[in-house]
Amino acid sequence: MIEPVNVSLGSLNLITLAPMLIPIIGALLILVIDIFKGGLDKTLFVVISLLFLLMDFSALIDSAGIFSQGGTVMGVFNVMLIDGLAILSQFIIVVASMLFIPLALTHKRFHEFSYPEFFALFLFMIAGFQFMVATDNLILVFVGLETSSLALYTLVAMHNRDKSFEAAVKYFTMGALAAGFYSFGAMVFYALTGSVEINQIATVLAANKYADIAYVLIGVVFMLASFGFKLSLVPFHTWAPDVYEGASASMAGFMSIVPKIAAFVVAMRLFEFLIHSGVVWLEIVLYIFVVVTMTAANIWALVQTDVKRMLAYSSVSHAGFVMAAILIGTTQSNSALFLYWILFSFTNLGSFSMLWISRQKHLPEHQRSDHTYDKFAGMVQTSPVAASIMGLFMLSLAGIPPFALFWGKLYLISSAVTAGYTILAFIMVLNSAISGYYYLKLIVYMFMKEPLMGNDGHVYVSNATTALKSIIGFAAIGTIFAFIALNPLLEFITAFIYNSGY
Amino acid sequence: MIDHILSILIFFPALAAMLGFIIHKDSIRAYGVAIATIEFALSLWLWFLFDSNVSGMQFMEQLPLVPSFGINYILGVDGISLFIVILASFFTMIGLASLTDTKNIKNMIITLLFLQMTMVGVFVALDAIVFYVFWELSLVPMLYIIGAWGGPLRIYASVKFFLYTFTGSLVMLVGMLFMAYYYYQATGTWSFAILEWYRLILPEAFQLWLFVAFFIGFAIKVPMFPFHTWLPYAHGQAPTIGSVILAAILLKMGTYAFIRFSLPMFPDASVFFMFPIAILAIIMIIYTAMVAYAQEDIKQVVAYSSVSHMGVIILGTFALNVEGITGSIFLMIAHGVVSGALFLLVGVIYDRRHTKMMSEFGGLAHVMPRYATIFGLMLMASVGMPLTINFVGEFLSLLGFYKQSHILTILAGTAIIVGAIYMLTAYKKMFFGNVTNEENRNLPDVSKRELLALIPLAIITVWLGIYPKPILVPINNSVASIVQLMHDKSTTEEAKKRIPNLVKGEDVKTLEKEAH
Repeated sequence: MIEPVNVSLGSLNLITLAPMLIPIIGALLILVIDIFKGGLDKTLFVVISLLFLLMDFSALIDSAGIFSQGGTVMGVFNVMLIDGLAILSQFIIVVASMLFIPLALTHKRFHEFSYPEFFALFLFMIAGFQFMVATDNLILVFVGLETSSLALYTLVAMHNRDKSFEAAVKYFTMGALAAGFYSFGAMVFYALTGSVEINQIATVLAANKYADIAYVLIGVVFMLASFGFKLSLVPFHTWAPDVYEGASASMAGFMSIVPKIAAFVVAMRLFEFLIHSGVVWLEIVLYIFVVVTMTAANIWALVQTDVKRMLAYSSVSHAGFVMAAILIGTTQSNSALFLYWILFSFTNLGSFSMLWISRQKHLPEHQRSDHTYDKFAGMVQTSPVAASIMGLFMLSLAGIPPFALFWGKLYLISSAVTAGYTILAFIMVLNSAISGYYYLKLIVYMFMKEPLMGNDGHVYVSNATTALKSIIGFAAIGTIFAFIALNPLLEFITAFIYNSGY
Repeated sequence: MIDHILSILIFFPALAAMLGFIIHKDSIRAYGVAIATIEFALSLWLWFLFDSNVSGMQFMEQLPLVPSFGINYILGVDGISLFIVILASFFTMIGLASLTDTKNIKNMIITLLFLQMTMVGVFVALDAIVFYVFWELSLVPMLYIIGAWGGPLRIYASVKFFLYTFTGSLVMLVGMLFMAYYYYQATGTWSFAILEWYRLILPEAFQLWLFVAFFIGFAIKVPMFPFHTWLPYAHGQAPTIGSVILAAILLKMGTYAFIRFSLPMFPDASVFFMFPIAILAIIMIIYTAMVAYAQEDIKQVVAYSSVSHMGVIILGTFALNVEGITGSIFLMIAHGVVSGALFLLVGVIYDRRHTKMMSEFGGLAHVMPRYATIFGLMLMASVGMPLTINFVGEFLSLLGFYKQSHILTILAGTAIIVGAIYMLTAYKKMFFGNVTNEENRNLPDVSKRELLALIPLAIITVWLGIYPKPILVPINNSVASIVQLMHDKSTTEEAKKRIPNLVKGEDVKTLEKEAH
C-alpha cells in the first residue's frame, strides 16, 4: 500500500510564490471585470495594472528583506529559488513594467489599448518572467518562458498594423524555434545527470569530472542557440529589428529591457558554473558571441535610416555588451550586469517613449517609416525641450559621462579589466566609440539641420499626455542624476549578488 | 565660501546657464557677459587667495561620490592649473563680450556657459573619474557650437571632432581603470584620486603601456602630429567664438593632462618615450608650419600655426626638468592669449567681408590701421618675438629641452624661426601693398566692442612678455615639487639621470656614500 503523501503547508513556503501570484490575480481580475461590464475605458485597466504591479513591488521588498536576513529561500517542493539574482531581476522587471504601463495613456487612440485583454496578457507575461528568474528548475524556466513569450507575441500583434502582424509572426516562429532548442538542451542535461535543477546538474557533472564532455557541449550548443534568440545575439538577432519596427515604440522599448533581463538571469545561472568549471570551449564561443554581437550590431545600426530600427540594433549591441558580464563571470561583473541594465532601462525606455509620443497615426507621403531621421530634423527650433531630452537620452546611450549609462559601462569595463580580459575591455571601448556615431547622427539631425517644410513641431509631441510626459521626465531625471543613486545601488546589488554565490 | 570656491567656480556658470533659459533673448547677451565677468572676478579672487609659496594643492574639497568604487569628488588647484582656470574664465568673458550678432544667440550663450563649467572642471578635478566626466562633457557644447553655427562643412567637422576625441578618451578610460585596479591590488582599496595614484610606484613594463593608453587620449586632444587631422576642420568650420575657445582652452586640456597625469604617474615611461615624443613634436612644428605656408585661408594659417606652437609646448613638457615644464605651462597661457586673439582678429575681418581668403585682401593697413597694428602685434607675439608673452614660454621650453638634447633643440629652434616666414608672408599679403580689391576700400576699422576684447589681450601680451614673474613663481614652485616627485619615484637608472634631483643635500650624500 502506498503511503499517502503528507506535505505540510508550512514546508511548502508558499510565500515564495506571492510575487508571481499577484500579477496573475490582477490579470484574472481584469478579465472578470470585463465579463461583467464590457467597454470600460483603458484608464481603469491601466490603474488596476499599476496597482497590482505596486503590490508586486511591495511583495518583492518583503522577499528582499527575508533574503538579506536569512539568505536564499527555497519553496514549493524546492522548485522556487528566491536568491539575490531572482529578487534583483524581479525588481527590474516590475519597475520597468510600471514605467511602461502608463505609456498606454496616449493622446491618440490606439487599437490595442481598448482591449482589456491587453492588460491581462501583460500581467500574465510579467508573472511568466518572474517565474523564469525565480527558479533554477529548467522545467519551470520553460513554463515561465513560454507563458511570457506567448503573451508577448500577442501584445505585439495587437498593435494592428500590417507590419505588426508580420513582426508577431516572425517573433512567434523564431520564439518557437528557440523554445525547441531550449527543450532539447534541457533534455540533454537531464539525460546526462538525471536532474532538471541547475545546481544538481552542476553537482553531478562535477562529481564525474565532466566525463561526458561531448554531451555537455551538445546541451550547451542548444542552450546557447535558444538564449541567442531570446537575447538577440548575432547571428540569432535577425528578428529583432523587424519586430521592434512592427511593434509600437513603447512595446519595443519594453522588449529591449524586460525579456532580456529574464533571459540574462537564466543564462547566468546556467553558463556561469560551466565557465567556472573550465569548459574552455564555452568561454571561447561566448567570447565570439559577445564580440560579434557588439560589433556587427553597431555596424548595422550605422546604416539605418529609421530611428526605431537604429535603436533596435543599438539594443542588440547593448545586449552583446552586457553578455560580456556573463562571460567574465566575477561578482563584480555580475553586479555590473544588473547595474548596467537598471541604468539602461531608464535611458532606453525614455528614448523609446520619446519616439512613442511622436507617433503619427497616418504617415505623410514623404515619410517612408514611422520615425525617419528626417522627421527629427531641426527639432530644436520647434520644440527645444523635447529635443534636449531626446539628445540627453542619446548621449547617455553613447556613454557620455555623467549620464546614467556611462556608469554602467564604467563598472562593466572595469570588471573586464579586473578579471584580466584586457583585449575584451578594449573591444568594448572601441564599440562604444563606434556607437557614438549613430547616436550622434540623431543629435545632428535634431540640433544642426533645418526642419522640413511644413513641420511646425506639433508632430513631436502629438501623442503626449501628462502621464507620458511624467514618465519621460522621470526617465530623464534618472538619467541625469544617476550618479547620486549610484553608491547605494551598487552596494545593494553587490551584496545581493555576493550572497547568492555569483 | 572660500572653502568651496572651486565648486562655485565650476557650477556657478552651469547654474546660471540653466536659469538663462528664462531670460528673454534680447537681454541674454548682457546676462552672459555679466555671468562671465562675475566668474572671471571669482577666478581673480582665487588668485588673490592663492598662496604662491605653497607648491601643493590648495582649496581642496572632497566629497564621496561612489565610495565603494573609490570615486570621490575631489577638487584642488595648484600653480599649474591656477592660471589655466583664470585663462578659461577670461576667455569666456572676452568671447561673450565680443560676440557678434548670431542666430539663436540664446542657445549660443547658454552653451558657452555650460562649456565654461566643463573647462573649469577639467582643470581643478583631482579625481580621475571627475576629470574624465568634465573632459568628455566638454565635447558636447563644442559639438553643438561647431555643428550649429559653423561653416558649410560644419556637420562633418563637428562629428569628426567629437568622434576623434571620444575614441581617444575611451582608450584613456581603460588606462584609468587599469590604474585604479593596480592601486586596488597594491592597497586593497579602490581609488581614482590622482594624488593617491602619485604615490603608487609601478614597474616599468606597466608604466609603458599605461603611458601609451593615456597618451592616445591626450595626444588626440592636443592634437599631436599624426592625430591632428580633426583640428583644421574644426577650426575651419567653427564660428569665431568656437575657434577662440578651442584654441585658447580646450587644446590646453591635453597638454595640461600630460603634466597632471603622465609625468608624475609614469616617470620611467616618460623618460623612455621622451625622444620619440620630442621627435613627433618637432615633426609637428615643422610639418604644420609648412602646411600653414601653403594655406590660402587666413584662418587655416592661424589654425596650423596654433598646432605648430602646441608642438613647442609638448617639447617643453617632455624636457622633464623644471625649466622645460614651467616654460611649457607658461607657453600654454601665452598660446591661449595669442592664438585666441588671432582667431578673434580673423573673426573681425570675417564679419566685415564674409570671406577668409587672403587673396581677397591686400593693403588693409591703409584702410584699417588700428586693426593692422593689433594684428601685427599678435603676429609678432605668435612668432615669438622677444618682449612678448610667447617668447618667455618658448625660450624656457627650449632651454629645458636643451639640457636633454642639443641637436633636437637647435632643430626645433630653427623651425620656430623659419615658422615666422609664413606668418609674415600672410601678414604681407593681407596688409601691405595697395588696396587691390575695391570692396575693401571702405571697411570700417575695429569697433569699440571689438577693442574691448582686443585691448586687454594686447596689454597682457606685452605685460607678461616684459614681466612674467607674477605667473612664473607659482608655476615654478608647483613644477619643482612634481619634478622632485618624478625623480624620487623613478626606478630606472636612465630616468634618475634624466630627471634632475632638486634636493641638493641628497646629491652630496650619495656622492659621499660612493666615496666611502
